[in-house]
Amino acid sequence: MFDISLLSLTPPGWGATLLDGFANSLTLASGGYAIGLLLGTAGALGKLNGNAFFREALETYTTVVRAVPELVLILFLYYAGTDAMNRLLAALDIPAVDVGGLAAGISVIGIVQGAYSTEVLRGAILAVPYGQIEAAKAYGMSPLRILWRITLPAMLPFAIPGLANLWLIATKDTALLAVVGFRELALATRQAAGTTKDYMLFFTTAGAMYLALTIVSSLVIKMVERRVTRRLAVAHA
Amino acid sequence: METHAIEISNLHKRYGRLEVLKGISLTANQGDVISIIGGSGSGKSTFLRCINFLETPSEGSIRIHGEEIAVRREKTGSLVPADRRQLQRIRSQLGMVFQSFNLWPHMTVLQNVIEVPTQVLGLSRDQATATAEELLRRVGLFEKRGVYPAFLSGGQQQRAAIARALAIQPLVTLFDEPTSALDPELVGEVLSVIRDLAREKRTMILVTHEMAFAREVSTHVVFLHKGLIAEQGTPAEIFGSPRCEPLQKFISSIR
Repeated sequence: MFDISLLSLTPPGWGATLLDGFANSLTLASGGYAIGLLLGTAGALGKLNGNAFFREALETYTTVVRAVPELVLILFLYYAGTDAMNRLLAALDIPAVDVGGLAAGISVIGIVQGAYSTEVLRGAILAVPYGQIEAAKAYGMSPLRILWRITLPAMLPFAIPGLANLWLIATKDTALLAVVGFRELALATRQAAGTTKDYMLFFTTAGAMYLALTIVSSLVIKMVERRVTRRLAVAHA
Repeated sequence: METHAIEISNLHKRYGRLEVLKGISLTANQGDVISIIGGSGSGKSTFLRCINFLETPSEGSIRIHGEEIAVRREKTGSLVPADRRQLQRIRSQLGMVFQSFNLWPHMTVLQNVIEVPTQVLGLSRDQATATAEELLRRVGLFEKRGVYPAFLSGGQQQRAAIARALAIQPLVTLFDEPTSALDPELVGEVLSVIRDLAREKRTMILVTHEMAFAREVSTHVVFLHKGLIAEQGTPAEIFGSPRCEPLQKFISSIR
């Protein structure tokens, strides 16, 4: 039923194209996720400790990003974002740069992820009993040291379920970059399938690859979660 | 002039229009064990928390071993610490034991005890660990040094928290109702650790509901009532022959 030879790594097989697309998806997801975590940490701290202006700005960011459909955001940020950047560069008399699809894609996913992880991390920080932070204060720790030694590690158990969820969402969001012509796994699959007309084979294969990624991720997440919650004496299934 | 371990003068604390502390002055000499007693809402915990500025006083001054905690007045009229570094340094010389222990849950007992010595006081890990193990032996938790707080009983957690306080070699240790969150059968083990510290003539200020204990270990007892010191004296005076009516009522109510 399937012509498996079409998946071979050398032409006329499309295996290499699929793997290449898969690698692109992974890079997009992990890059975007990392940027999202940075934005999210800064955003959560800004929302909790920042001044009124900063808090309003962050509120706008998280509200807008979470309100607009991701596909629209991606189209907007990808085209309008690079356009705006080049106009800005032109105004500064700097020659326009051609932002590669990968860099633009990572930024877009990072900005979207950042809005969600801001809320995940804000909630986790608020879940840390205040007495623990107060104890650190009472012993003369500086605010930065309290953040690094107490608040961030203490909030981790509360953040992991939400952050794990966001990682899985990030891996699937990469497929949206197909609409702007970036050849991640979904676009690579469509090209392979369109050329060979063997839709069933290629879409099943791509589905299996996404599934494999999710299964491996879940295993890693479980391991991390076990490590972190072990200290809290909570029973895990 | 002799420097006192702690010298608090004219301390006020207001929350909006509610005045919780209405001008409290108190000095503690080295080796004093001062118990603060009083009914709920008398301001005793707030008073203790003002000493290391967990609550910033609205008026008044605090000196630790002669050094006054610097404050400045904001435009709104409230006081704020004037020198963050000075406050952090003074805080790192004051031990504090909380009602709800407040150990750091992501660290083992030993890590909790060496955290401040290594991170704030600049001791080497080896030095801090040696001291910490000695202290954990004293409070009977040496075997539990590698365990996370969530696996300990309340009494064990509070003893670990006391070891954490002692590890900084505090000039003064503040106890904020250290046994109030414990099951009755666990109170004794924590009190016996504090009793040993009192015998060693460590300077301590203790907010407590354990009257028999306060009577036994204190050099001095302070009775707070409606934000003021209503009466103070030796344990024998306060518990044996209370003079003011609120104290008489308070003492008969807890018998």
